[in-house]
Amino acid sequence: MPFTTTKSAFWAGVRDGAPFILVAGPFALLFGVLATEAGLNIFEVMSFSVVVIAGAAQFTALQLMQDEAPTIIVLLSALAVNLRVAMYSAALTPYLGRARLWQRVFVAYLLVDQSYALSHARFESDAAMSVPQRVGYYFGTCLLVMIVWFGMSYVGAAIGTALPVSIPLDFALPIAFLSMVAPMMRTLPHLIAATVAVVVALLAVNVPYSLGLILAGMAGMMAGAQAELWLKTQPMIAPGDTPGDEGDGGVT
Amino acid sequence: MIDQITLWIVIFGLGLGSFLLRFTFLGFVGDRPLPAWLVRHLRYTAVAILPALVAPLVVYSGEGGSTDPTRVAAALVTLGAGMWTRNVLAAIGAGALTLFALVYLLG
Repeated sequence: MPFTTTKSAFWAGVRDGAPFILVAGPFALLFGVLATEAGLNIFEVMSFSVVVIAGAAQFTALQLMQDEAPTIIVLLSALAVNLRVAMYSAALTPYLGRARLWQRVFVAYLLVDQSYALSHARFESDAAMSVPQRVGYYFGTCLLVMIVWFGMSYVGAAIGTALPVSIPLDFALPIAFLSMVAPMMRTLPHLIAATVAVVVALLAVNVPYSLGLILAGMAGMMAGAQAELWLKTQPMIAPGDTPGDEGDGGVT
Repeated sequence: MIDQITLWIVIFGLGLGSFLLRFTFLGFVGDRPLPAWLVRHLRYTAVAILPALVAPLVVYSGEGGSTDPTRVAAALVTLGAGMWTRNVLAAIGAGALTLFALVYLLG
């Protein structure tokens, strides 16, 4: 259905984004709790969530800082986890590249899995949308998720130290990561990339400065890319999915 | 305990780095296409880095770097439920439930 105004596009985005608060909320809560357990105060937790807005990258940084990895490794690893947002940015540029500069600055700041996934799907299917309508729709998809992201980070930080010690919180992070990554395993190359990365990570666990993680990540990416190329030359097998198609998570 | 200076370097470094990752194409590159080989590698960053980070935490989860069967079981259930249902919350629920049940039963 074509939009008549920028305002109606914005509210359509709000409606479409609403279900994603169920995904973003628990991750924000968990980040608040784990960061507080790691010794961060509420101001530090909130700064982290407001400045970075990237669940998986924030969890990665938190884990590596607790492991006392060198700062540069913390940054490189967390940014590697977040590399996919560069693909999202590239994928949205044909639709939003002509928006005003200040709007593009905010589009970039708020670019997460679900704002990308919803907006890209809508822009692709509705060619008649004007650039202001696209911008309106995009910001609409962000509204509730960001409120929930910041709000639940705060709640998590507030209750963090009040949780009973008997809860095995040490393993909350592996479970959170596995739950994010499992639904992404939709093609054989994805599975191969993950398997190679796991094997290298286990072999390289004693490599100094936590460099094993970077090595394992690179090995996994190369394995996935090679597997995709190889499968493309084989008939009857589905090729890899489209760039950035992992966008069905929350603020991950 | 995390060092204060490290923490703030990481918060602002990660914030700035993430913003540049998000802004580069929208802001500077325009709609010129990316080289195919780069897109092909970028597609697998998340599915490579996240499992690589988790694997040692799962395999060496016991005391002094041993393997804790409870945590391995919880990890496998999370992964299986996530791949089967394609639902993040279902995976978390299944994994957490397994962990709580095993910790309680094996005490």
